[in-house]
Amino acid sequence: MRHRRVSVLICAAVSAVVMTACGSGGSGQSADGKTELTIATFNEFGYEELFKEYEAAHPDIKITQRKTGQGQPHHQNLFTKLGAGSGLADIEGVEEGYLSQVMAKSGQFNDLNEIGPKIEDGRWLDWKTQAITTKDGKLIGYGTDIGPLAMCYRKDLFEQAGLPSDPEGVKTLFATWDSYFAAGDQFIAKVPGVAWFDSAAQVYNAMHNQLETGYYDTSDKLVVDTNPDIKKNWDTVAAAVSKGQSARLVAFSPEWNTGFKLGKFATKTCPSWMLGVVESQAGAENAGKWAVTDAFPNGGGNWGGSYLTVPKQSKNAQKAAELAAWLTQPEQQIKAFKAKGTFPSQVKALDAPELLEQTNAYFGDVKAGELFATQAKKIKAAQYKGPADGQIQETVFSPALQSIEQGKNAEEAWTAAVDGAKKAAK
Amino acid sequence: MTATLPEVEDRGRANTARPRPPRRHRLSNLDAKVSPYLFVAPFFVLFGAIGLFPLLYTAYVSLFDWEVGDDEPAFIGLENFRTLVADDQFWNALFNTFSIFLLSSAPQVVVAVVIAALLNANLRARTGWRMGVLLPYVASLVALTIIFGNLFGPQYGLVNDVLGLVGIEPIDWQASTFGSHVAIASMVNWRWTGYNALIILAAMQAIPRDVYEAAVVDGASALRQFFSITLPMLKPTLIFVIVTSTIGGLQIFTEPKLFEPAGGSGGGTEHQYQTVVLYLYQSAFQGLDLGYASAIAWVLFLIVIAVAGLNFLITRRAVR
Repeated sequence: MRHRRVSVLICAAVSAVVMTACGSGGSGQSADGKTELTIATFNEFGYEELFKEYEAAHPDIKITQRKTGQGQPHHQNLFTKLGAGSGLADIEGVEEGYLSQVMAKSGQFNDLNEIGPKIEDGRWLDWKTQAITTKDGKLIGYGTDIGPLAMCYRKDLFEQAGLPSDPEGVKTLFATWDSYFAAGDQFIAKVPGVAWFDSAAQVYNAMHNQLETGYYDTSDKLVVDTNPDIKKNWDTVAAAVSKGQSARLVAFSPEWNTGFKLGKFATKTCPSWMLGVVESQAGAENAGKWAVTDAFPNGGGNWGGSYLTVPKQSKNAQKAAELAAWLTQPEQQIKAFKAKGTFPSQVKALDAPELLEQTNAYFGDVKAGELFATQAKKIKAAQYKGPADGQIQETVFSPALQSIEQGKNAEEAWTAAVDGAKKAAK
Repeated sequence: MTATLPEVEDRGRANTARPRPPRRHRLSNLDAKVSPYLFVAPFFVLFGAIGLFPLLYTAYVSLFDWEVGDDEPAFIGLENFRTLVADDQFWNALFNTFSIFLLSSAPQVVVAVVIAALLNANLRARTGWRMGVLLPYVASLVALTIIFGNLFGPQYGLVNDVLGLVGIEPIDWQASTFGSHVAIASMVNWRWTGYNALIILAAMQAIPRDVYEAAVVDGASALRQFFSITLPMLKPTLIFVIVTSTIGGLQIFTEPKLFEPAGGSGGGTEHQYQTVVLYLYQSAFQGLDLGYASAIAWVLFLIVIAVAGLNFLITRRAVR
């Protein structure tokens, strides 16, 4: 008789293991009767101190942060759980690069105009809010930070090439893309072995995002092969590559880092957060060589920045929206800026003295805060992003541009890119 | 024919009505019949939950146009498989997979046998050497791949520097199809050769000494002994090594994934080194097309079974 009992026990144990794997999350009420709000973020949002402040002001709220080190796994988790229908936090951070995919599933997020508190007009830069407003006018996220673009350049190499090198003087070189590439021709003729920019895709993406219409038109029709501006940008960048203006480095790869160390390129498209990247990659041995100026060809641009969204899965959507609205107030975002350097997207925060006084020692004590605030205000409108927009940029156009840098014919690469975009949009 | 079977063979069970056994007997009968199943149940329950179910569910998903987040995926029958057959990128991925597999597994098994033969000889500090060949296997795969990715860097990589010293033009390990396959295969070989060598070594040591002694008496050279005794007697182990490296080789993922400098899943700018599993990953987690990814998974599953079976037959025939 004894052995039978044991086997039953084993079975029970096994089924217990299997069952717990299917257990679901909590109800949003913690044991002490407080409302528990979860917020999922990635990298550094700089909100840790703010949570304590909010909990102190709202004794009935308990905030739990789920922090992911990197953006990629965070968003993978977001999309998987949107698909599964449960498991998301009450507030989910969304990065600008994944925005098109989120907008394609906007039905699964709450309209914050509807459930959120009343928010004063003009809290955010127009283009920031525009990008997360659906076609039928729903606002599915509150803006947190942005990444306004400026131009970083190597002062010493500019001098070597006989180009102006002071922040005011270089502005004429960076006035338009034509003047930018023309200066590139001049530069590579004078300084052998050094390229004008790091990577074709890095330049192309900035050019592309300035277009009025991108890969999609507003009716979600793919216009890659019918929008003449896209081909024009492509040809311009391809021509620059063929002349040797590109250092042919893949951004964020180990070789790209080496390129910074060895000073293999003279300019870099620079969102606000890139200054830290340049400093850590170029290192102390290149101190005093890099500079940044408040000019960017054809105006301005943005790369990066995030939003806070409230998925419909949330059981405390209204309270979550209140918290998100509070976190994205200019006063709060300035505190996050001071904590972790996230550049605020709120109009009032851009004029805050804390921001305007910020300087960057590596870039010759430049007033970085003021400089990027100026750049942020130059951005006119957000380009409409279709459902597969991010995917087309990351997995189709960027690799296709790299293939030109690897020696592929520009026309063939274009055909491959168009086909790839159609496949991605399918 | 069965109808004419003699009555005796029935051992009298069919016709005589049996009296109901008492309750205690019935319980012990039940015990004898059911308990064995309960004993083996844990394995089957676990296998069913995490082995068989995902396998079958993947087949089910592959019949749908199933995007992550779809509430009601549309049933499309075998459409995913039809698309797959016409998909150039899939055939390219299959070619890459086989190319990398051949470049890694084939030299690997040969070198592993040679290393095993060397380790089997009378060496000083034998255990040290044997542990030494296993070291690459102990190292973290991810760390290894990142280091190899640096070594094979197209512009500032060490391999190209060394090639430059002997007057060979630098190779763009990222752009060239063959170059990238060689780079990835070298990672696989670095990691697995020593491991396979140790398995083969163990088998070598199991070969009875007296067979060799008889061969020596008959005047067989060391080489002759190796080909006529060692290799044939290694057959079962070689089959195991070849089948497992086939399965592993055709599912190669981490190496090509991390070889991509910016961390994408395209396997190179023009998919020069995108393998089938990498394409599966890209379809599922970048394209978010679960139905299509499931179709790829099933086709790969069948290919792996077919190739492993083929290798099994070839090895069994070749090494007699």
